[in-house]
Amino acid sequence: MARGAIAAGCNYYAGYPITPSSGIMTEIAAHFQATGAGVFAQMEDEIASACSLIGASWSGARAMTATSGPGFSLMQEALGYAYFTETPMVVINVQRAGPATGQATRVAQGDIMQFRYGSHGDVFPLVFCPASVADCFSLTALAFRYSEMLRLPVFIAADESVAQLRETAYLDVPAPVVPRRAVDDTPFDADIAGGVPGMPSFGDGAALLVTGSTHDGHGMRRVDSPEVHERLVVRLRNKTLLREAELDQTLLEDMADAEVAIVAYGICARSARAAKNALRQSGARVGLVHLRTLWPFPQQTLQAACANTPHVVVAELNLGQLAAVVQGVLMRPVHALSQVNGLPMSPGKIAAFIAELS
Amino acid sequence: MTRDLSHWLRHPDAPTAFCPGCGHGILLGTLLRAIDTLAIAAQDLLFVSGIGCAGWIPSPHILADTLHTLHGRAIPFATGAKLANPRLTTIVISGDGDLLSIGAGHLVHAARRNIDLTVIVANNGIYGMTGGQTAATTPLGVSTATHRAGNPDAPVDACQLALAAGARYAARFPVTDPPRLQAAIARAIATPGFALVDALSPCPTQYGKFQPEDSIAACYRRFEADVQQRSDAATGAAMPFGEFVP
Ligand SMILES: Cc1ncc(C[n+]2csc(CCOP(=O)(O)OP(=O)(O)O)c2C)c(N)n1
Ligand code: SF4
Ligand SMILES: [Mg+2]
Repeated sequence: MARGAIAAGCNYYAGYPITPSSGIMTEIAAHFQATGAGVFAQMEDEIASACSLIGASWSGARAMTATSGPGFSLMQEALGYAYFTETPMVVINVQRAGPATGQATRVAQGDIMQFRYGSHGDVFPLVFCPASVADCFSLTALAFRYSEMLRLPVFIAADESVAQLRETAYLDVPAPVVPRRAVDDTPFDADIAGGVPGMPSFGDGAALLVTGSTHDGHGMRRVDSPEVHERLVVRLRNKTLLREAELDQTLLEDMADAEVAIVAYGICARSARAAKNALRQSGARVGLVHLRTLWPFPQQTLQAACANTPHVVVAELNLGQLAAVVQGVLMRPVHALSQVNGLPMSPGKIAAFIAELS
Repeated sequence: MTRDLSHWLRHPDAPTAFCPGCGHGILLGTLLRAIDTLAIAAQDLLFVSGIGCAGWIPSPHILADTLHTLHGRAIPFATGAKLANPRLTTIVISGDGDLLSIGAGHLVHAARRNIDLTVIVANNGIYGMTGGQTAATTPLGVSTATHRAGNPDAPVDACQLALAAGARYAARFPVTDPPRLQAAIARAIATPGFALVDALSPCPTQYGKFQPEDSIAACYRRFEADVQQRSDAATGAAMPFGEFVP
């Protein structure tokens, strides 16, 4: 993830130590210190880290931080601010077993709904979820690309196991991050059907008015206008929601004839793949829907993939957070295979669960 | 001599959102005069504020880049902006509740790390915007919305706090002394490294509401006296006006 950020031109990193995300910070700090390619700030807490990213982004930087559960909770107010002010930045949350301090060195996927609804108010975030070293690299680079294109804070929903993976990976050169459109007379308004305004930086002479209060296209506070608030909140929603297909990184494997679909993401997608391959060997028609974009949820992809699949199993390291979403999207019952013991889910457990179904 | 400051204002003809008699409007004028004398190009200036009446001092009034942030977080926002573009003369101006209570930790660490910021505390000794609750700066014994019988806790001395953390310059003056306040702001901006100005900027509406005086002038006098004397009597630590250099 650190390498993906660097490849995407990350030149500002602020952070606060927390297991199991700290490796990203030390890697980027060492790189910036060795090359002078960026500014590293070790802040006093995660609130300050997230806030400083917003300031840096408005100064023109490509900014990132990485954290884990408790730190991600502390950042939520600032992340809502970044969303509402359309500030590009990338935030990695390496999920660990929670709530509270939980098990700091153990894996979980319990923050799926926090990514979606962590901020107060109506937010529609963009969240990528890596399952391999190659994903860590390419999805982080992609997060930078979309953060700049859509003027959004973009999230990486990593988990402890994926973040600690060691494997040989073939890395593609990431698609370049398109520089911001630096001139705009109304840097806070655009076509309401998901339009993205240009973004001048501090020091450009644009006399910017950046505020987390409801604002018009010029950034003027409009805290009494029903029309201005609604227009802004709806346009921000449309930025991600209307791009569901474009943002969707889902991988479908063996779904054409599948009678059982496993829906999985992060470390569970790897176990699910192994289980599927083993079951296929013995003739079972099992497929995999590997989600790599969690939000906006790839509804259309899932509906199309599972249209003729009698059984849908959602395997995840939480008590059914995404299973409930999948059930809602498919409008029929699904099988939730949940595990919250701080361990990765074994392929054998998934295979046994599926064997029980038929 | 009066200076024409209208070129610093985004909407020179519009009124401010402050109550009549609010210190924050005077502080805005004093700040602009200080900047005007320093001959800094508007393009190179960034004003960062938090949430509260004081957060509105720069935003939207000043015609320069302004960043109106979250309650308490102006300093870390400013830190990121300054580190990413060191060319920006970065001025944080926000309330006492904002900078010395919810955001006090950030102040300490920005001073410790000697981030080149000028932090101006628009100190009215109260949470103005939210209705006059006791603040970390409310002088001892002063009646507020949350302590009608008098604030039981000693206030924080912003200058001493900043200096102890490593600030290169600190000063305290009231808005009723514009020449010295203006000079202190100018010196703070010119100071390389972290500098703080504790600007006493009374709130007749919310601070004054629980005081016996009924005139704005009397409210100003009482607040200034309370800051200098009450804390002195109770804690043994005077909060005098003046400049403090480490
Ligand atoms: C996290 C959070 N908590 C509380 C508030 C509510 N709030 C808004 S302004 C304010 C107090 C501001 O007081 P101060 O900084 O002294 O500024 P003043 O209004 O006195 O100028 C508070 C507590 C908020 N906006 N955000
Ligand atoms: S409430 Fe107090 S601080 Fe706020 S504008 Fe009115 S007088 Fe000023
Ligand atoms: Mg106040």
